[in-house]
Amino acid sequence: MLRYVVRRLLTLVGIVIVISVGSFYLIHLLPGNPATVILGTGDSPANRALLYKQLGLNRSLVAQYVIWMGNVLHGNLGVSFISQTSVASTIRAALPIDVELIVLSQILAFAFAVPLAMRSARHPDGLVDRLLSAGSFTLLSIPPFIVIVLLVLVVSIKLGVANTGPSSYVSLATDWVANLESLSLPAFTLALGSFVLYFRVLRSDLIATLQEEFITMARSKGISHRRIMWRHALRPSSVALLGTAGVNIGGLLAGGFVVEYLLAIPGLGYTLISAIASSDYLLVQGIVLVVSVGVVLVNFLFDFAINLIDPRISRE
Amino acid sequence: MSATPERTTSATTAPVASEPVLLSVRDLTTTFATNAGPLRAVDGVSFDLGREEVLGVVGESGSGKTVLSRTIMGLLARSRVTVSGSVRLDGVEIVGASENAMRQLWSTRVAMVFQDPMTSLNPVMRVGHQIDEVLRVRLGLSRTAARARSLELLSLVGIPSPAERYRAYPGQLSGGMRQRVVIAIALAGAPALLLADEPTTGLDVTIQAQILNLLDDLTARLHMSVVLVTHDLGVVATRTSRIMVMYAGRVVESGPTADVFADHRMPYTRALLECSPRVSNAPHTRLAAIPGRPPNLAALPAGCSFAPRCAYATERCHREVPALVETTTPGHQYACWNPLPARGGPRP
Ligand SMILES: Nc1ncnc2c1ncn2[C@@H]1O[C@H](COP(=O)(O)OP(=O)(O)OP(=O)(O)O)[C@@H](O)[C@H]1O
Ligand code: SF4
Ligand SMILES: [Mg+2]
Repeated sequence: MLRYVVRRLLTLVGIVIVISVGSFYLIHLLPGNPATVILGTGDSPANRALLYKQLGLNRSLVAQYVIWMGNVLHGNLGVSFISQTSVASTIRAALPIDVELIVLSQILAFAFAVPLAMRSARHPDGLVDRLLSAGSFTLLSIPPFIVIVLLVLVVSIKLGVANTGPSSYVSLATDWVANLESLSLPAFTLALGSFVLYFRVLRSDLIATLQEEFITMARSKGISHRRIMWRHALRPSSVALLGTAGVNIGGLLAGGFVVEYLLAIPGLGYTLISAIASSDYLLVQGIVLVVSVGVVLVNFLFDFAINLIDPRISRE
Repeated sequence: MSATPERTTSATTAPVASEPVLLSVRDLTTTFATNAGPLRAVDGVSFDLGREEVLGVVGESGSGKTVLSRTIMGLLARSRVTVSGSVRLDGVEIVGASENAMRQLWSTRVAMVFQDPMTSLNPVMRVGHQIDEVLRVRLGLSRTAARARSLELLSLVGIPSPAERYRAYPGQLSGGMRQRVVIAIALAGAPALLLADEPTTGLDVTIQAQILNLLDDLTARLHMSVVLVTHDLGVVATRTSRIMVMYAGRVVESGPTADVFADHRMPYTRALLECSPRVSNAPHTRLAAIPGRPPNLAALPAGCSFAPRCAYATERCHREVPALVETTTPGHQYACWNPLPARGGPRP
């Protein structure tokens, strides 16, 4: 167990280094530059050089990276050149929105995927199974940005449901009902993709599990079908599901960015895209760092859950 | 009259005198719809089982023993299977009964010990909870009462330090221990009928004997009737009052155990006896002494299904299916055109 944790932490460090170096390099390749954003296009080259020096941008990329990493290791993500606010406080304000969005979407996705996968697996290739499988496949083929646009058109514009349109985000602290309303459409949009994924993975594993001898044995006890599904079949069928969810939730951060941006929800995605547009290097670096650590931790967490759920794995 | 006469199976083994019949099976036939066409895994089986009686069902691998016990249990998957005939347990018809109706009987009236203890326990559920489940869901015991009773059952089936084993996952137990747990689960609902489907397959020889002796002891103590399925005549010799020999889904000989051993008439029974090892060999081994292989059930030969392997086969054997006929001993029947002479058994 200890070896497992140590190996995982080393992986985490490796991934963070690779991602931060990559993003450091990439963002400096982008056409914009902070001096132009701060000083405007008409300023003299001398002023620009001075500003560069003040910001430390005249040093080599390697030197800049080392300085930044040194600060990060001391818990300091820096202060944005552009907004003069600390990167950490900006992230602290935006991150909870993403967490809430993802949690809501995952609750929705699991709440539908698990019972429907059970229903499908009961009679594989039966009418219900074929309808659900075909339906889920159709859902998979619609990209999230289309879904969110259609939802906004119908729910907020046609039906006029409050707090669901673009730029109508309300924080959880202000009014939790309005907050839920304002996150309902993006959460639903993110849930769709997860639902399809979870439904398909769980359905096929359930079908395989239901062929097992121990399910026949459970039936022979005279317990209900529902109990067989929830108590006997679900757990041994959840290994691939949890693995998928771990990877998928990482991907959702990226998927969430598009939706956030379209609805102007001030989460990390929205903040990141604005930061890129204004060449706010430190903010971009900070967000990329937090997101990559987050993704790795979520994966870690789900791997751990798999160990808990299936004693066959943890013994090996 | 058709060329191939209908098998007459109406003459059945008589139940033990004066004992009321617990299980009555009549002309039971189980057909699977396979890609190679219909496969009759159980074909016209009939027998009666008295209370506290132990019946041995013997046959090579693939002779339909598992399908027979699952059909009696009403446990086959419902798609692509046709069951005809009748299975009455205490007068209640099981053939065609709904899953809901069967749920009322499972555990409390009839229970099964599965063939392979490595696959029949839920690998991600503590074994204690797998026993508790029967007690709580089927008998309505409280959590604490169920736990106490499960611990009793674990010691009843001879598991040392039950409190520790209660919390174990199946993967932490040996094959013999797992099969004891399976037996504990089967006993939890105090069934009148226990179907033991090769309960010692896959266990090593000393453990096999322990498990069989345990079953022996428990059936007597708990007043159960047992159908003991095996491919090993040695197993049933001392443990059963009657034996039914199956070949290719059909009963080819049946009768009181001593009689079948001493005075069998069907060449297949003799072949089984001659190659029955003193210590049984590995599971699913073909009986080496019988030349050839069991037939493909989806494409059975006409006539006696043993004919391709039988040293006594005559032209008639390849044409007509022999019906079960009575011997002079009450309840002893065989199906053979050229039976061995009476009292011709090699060894008891
Ligand atoms: N679900 C099924 N679909 C099609 N054929 C089946 C099915 N179950 C069993 N059979 C066939 O029925 C025949 C009898 O199988 P069964 O498992 O009852 O044999 P057995 O006597 O229990 O053998 P063993 O000693 O190996 O356990 C075999 O030919 C098998 O292939
Ligand atoms: S009927 Fe014929 S083939 Fe069949 S066992 Fe008897 S002698 Fe052999
Ligand atoms: Mg079998």
